Amino acid sequence: MFDSIRTLFKDLAPAVDFCSLRFVEEASEQLTVRQNVLQPVSSGIDRGAMITVMHRGGYGYAASSDVTRAGLQDAIARAQAWAEASRGRSVVDYSAIALPRPSGLFESPASPNGKEWSRKDLIDLLMQESHACAIDPRVVDWQASVWSVASSQLYLTVDGGDIAQHFRYLIPGLAATANQGADTQTRSLGGQYNGYCRQGGLEVLEQAGFHGAGRRVAQEALDLLAAPNCPSGSMDLLLMPEQMMLQIHESIGHPLELDRILGDERNFAGTSFVTLDMFGHYQYGANLLNVTYDPTRPEQFASYGWDDDGSPAERTFLIRNGLLERPLGGAVSQARAGMAGVANSRACSWNRPPIDRMANLNIEPGSSRLDEMIRSVERGVLMDTNVSWSIDDSRNKFQFGCEFGRLIEDGELKGIVKNPNYRGISATFWRSLKAVGDQSTFNVMGTPFCGKGEPSQVIRVGHASPACLFGNIDVFGGE
Amino acid sequence: MQNYFHDLAAFLDTRLKGKEQYTCWLSAEASDFVRFNRSAIRQPGHVRQIYLSLHLIDGMRHAKTSTSLAGNLESDRPLLEYMLNGLRSRLPELPEDPHLLISTEVQSSEHISASQLPETGAIVDEALTAAQGHDMVGILAAGPLWRGFANSFGQRNWHQSASFNLDWSLYQSRDKAVKTTHAGFEWSSAEFREKFANAAAQLAMLQRTPISIRPGAYRAYLTPAALSDIIGMLNWDGLSEKALRTRQSSLRRMRDEGWQLNPAVTLAENTADGLAPAFQNEGFIKPERIALIEQGCLAGSMISPRTAKEYGIATNGADGGESANSLDLAGGALPQSRALQELDTGVFIGNLWYLNFSDRSNFRLTGMTRFATFWVENGEIKAPLNVMRFDDSLYRMLGENLLGLTRERELLIDTDTYGARSTGSMRLPGALVKELRFVL
Repeated sequence: MFDSIRTLFKDLAPAVDFCSLRFVEEASEQLTVRQNVLQPVSSGIDRGAMITVMHRGGYGYAASSDVTRAGLQDAIARAQAWAEASRGRSVVDYSAIALPRPSGLFESPASPNGKEWSRKDLIDLLMQESHACAIDPRVVDWQASVWSVASSQLYLTVDGGDIAQHFRYLIPGLAATANQGADTQTRSLGGQYNGYCRQGGLEVLEQAGFHGAGRRVAQEALDLLAAPNCPSGSMDLLLMPEQMMLQIHESIGHPLELDRILGDERNFAGTSFVTLDMFGHYQYGANLLNVTYDPTRPEQFASYGWDDDGSPAERTFLIRNGLLERPLGGAVSQARAGMAGVANSRACSWNRPPIDRMANLNIEPGSSRLDEMIRSVERGVLMDTNVSWSIDDSRNKFQFGCEFGRLIEDGELKGIVKNPNYRGISATFWRSLKAVGDQSTFNVMGTPFCGKGEPSQVIRVGHASPACLFGNIDVFGGE
Repeated sequence: MQNYFHDLAAFLDTRLKGKEQYTCWLSAEASDFVRFNRSAIRQPGHVRQIYLSLHLIDGMRHAKTSTSLAGNLESDRPLLEYMLNGLRSRLPELPEDPHLLISTEVQSSEHISASQLPETGAIVDEALTAAQGHDMVGILAAGPLWRGFANSFGQRNWHQSASFNLDWSLYQSRDKAVKTTHAGFEWSSAEFREKFANAAAQLAMLQRTPISIRPGAYRAYLTPAALSDIIGMLNWDGLSEKALRTRQSSLRRMRDEGWQLNPAVTLAENTADGLAPAFQNEGFIKPERIALIEQGCLAGSMISPRTAKEYGIATNGADGGESANSLDLAGGALPQSRALQELDTGVFIGNLWYLNFSDRSNFRLTGMTRFATFWVENGEIKAPLNVMRFDDSLYRMLGENLLGLTRERELLIDTDTYGARSTGSMRLPGALVKELRFVL
């Protein structure tokens, strides 16, 4: 398909300042077993192309699921018309923006064991984990799933740019719900929104600890039923990677998106408490805080070679020793803001234009072992696995909840607590960072479901993090 | 598009083998999306997309697949063959599905609204002209959309409309703004200018020095837009019959323990007056109205065909996700014009933002105030309020603490464009509550 698209684009490309074609073809299949019953097996093929035109200072795009000659011709004409209509009325003079002319190939890592997708074997595995969940009549619902996606993308520019990128994603999911009286508790593998999503093949199931997880999560859901509510008060908070991924995402990732800072998202996803003048000198967090945009970790969900404006992706520090250095902004935002960013201009598919998105946004490991961090806590709570998230439109006042908590008293892990929640303010929260876990506490997480943009887009992001300890956090439980 | 879909279905009819049956669902649109920032164009464009979901059934074995299509049957035929063959080859390795329920009673329907939209460029011109001298940011989405259902029993359903949705904010500074939506099927310049002028007039209020309040319980008035975020949380499995049966619904205490909301609360899925198609993607027809909460008591739920089969009950045409598309909350006795006077002293909430559960068992929600939210004293707006986080239970907000619902209601057309332009809507009044708990 790539070759026929190349030929068509060569034939049809208009005489304009800049024109690109981004073709996406994505095949997926999802298997789910709920309460030992295979749910309707679903698969899909989604293919289409977006034409982008920049001409005489204007900008326009047009996308179509019709990738025949006639379909692309129509898209080119519409993109040109919008570029003409926006000339002199755009938020930026696009003639001042030079997009790259990239060339190359990117591929997700090959599976080390060479195992291929076998529907029958996977259904057997899901059935096995599903049956393993049914350990008690109080376990009232449960399901196990695996979702695979193969995505191929071709990016062409009118001046000869040509990038092919081939991605393979695997997205496991497993959750069990227990009920007793008015209380219902759910425990999951990596969260109910597929936190163990990664690039690669079936090896991701091993990496996620999928085998044997059914019984474990069901038992933990029962344990939560028997547990007291999380206590309330100001105390230490030890966050494990399954919650850290959400903390990073909401209170570092979104505030650092340059398009938010420039105001594009104010009508929908919101603005940011971060302003352009903060970069280079604002102390975002404690000295222990080191945050990277890292598209180079092969197994991580949002690794890639180039973003959707053709900029090459390179690992970059955004926050170093607590100091804010650089925003998450692609080529267009960088030109508008007059500052360096990263290659994160991304679209969720062929039918949405690229905007500034998180990709892999990670906290670098520190030097504290988990037992050392626990020993240092006089009174606190360990929280794991996000279940609730809410933050204001400037990405400042947040409140997050977790599936699972454990008390920490006098340097020792104590009993389980349920409904653990905490709240804080981004601008001060990261300064209360007391310790950053070492490599042994580090895990690679992500989500397929980051929403943003007008028109709206749900995109894949990755967040790797060690366990982190924070001091004097407002913690509370359920009613 | 309708002819294309019918030809496509006729083609599928000829490709079935043995006792195979199929259902298919078409979701298509041709949308202009024009994004604004700082009263200028940020990203203008056009998206033409056609998606088909195909469901092949052989006895109690079945599988689904979906694909994007060109919209030209000559081009699409090989892909349709490929889809069908792929499903056919998959079925033997799948177990029989005890929860499969298909619609065999043929109930065809057609709803076609001819487009009355002007050229999108004309709307853009009006928006940019009005925005001069302001800081406007937002999105215009406009164009036709199509939904179709067909099955091998001969049922054909078609829903076609052309709509626009201009959703914009006027910013005063930082996070202080007024948000407005102008949406419908027929563009009215006069109505747009009136809405824009009303929003611009509110900006004057936002110029006042903002007030910060301490955490605590405050009397509050929620506009219909603000209330829509709270009511929208019912679609997070609250109204789902499956979630109620598995004790995961946030309303489970109403079902299991007889908990009630305020008797003023009567909520329905009102398909007859909504914008969504009256058929779902497996071909079941939606009733005109489903009573969900009657005078504060849980009266119904959204029941998908699959849940119906699993629990041996009747479906009411809910989609697989068992969420409502056209929620309708009955109005009350409070005239909207008296909302500020009745609020007296407290918080006037124009919009809420980013709601989530803090304790689902007790339907306790947290979220933020946003946009035009004001501190009111003695029935008069004093100043904009800096954003506050609330954390409170629906059972309190719309239960013992509900003082009244407004007589007037607003039709709120969903601006959601995830994957496709939404056909959802809500018709809601405003709500006056005795106290709302703010925590940060």
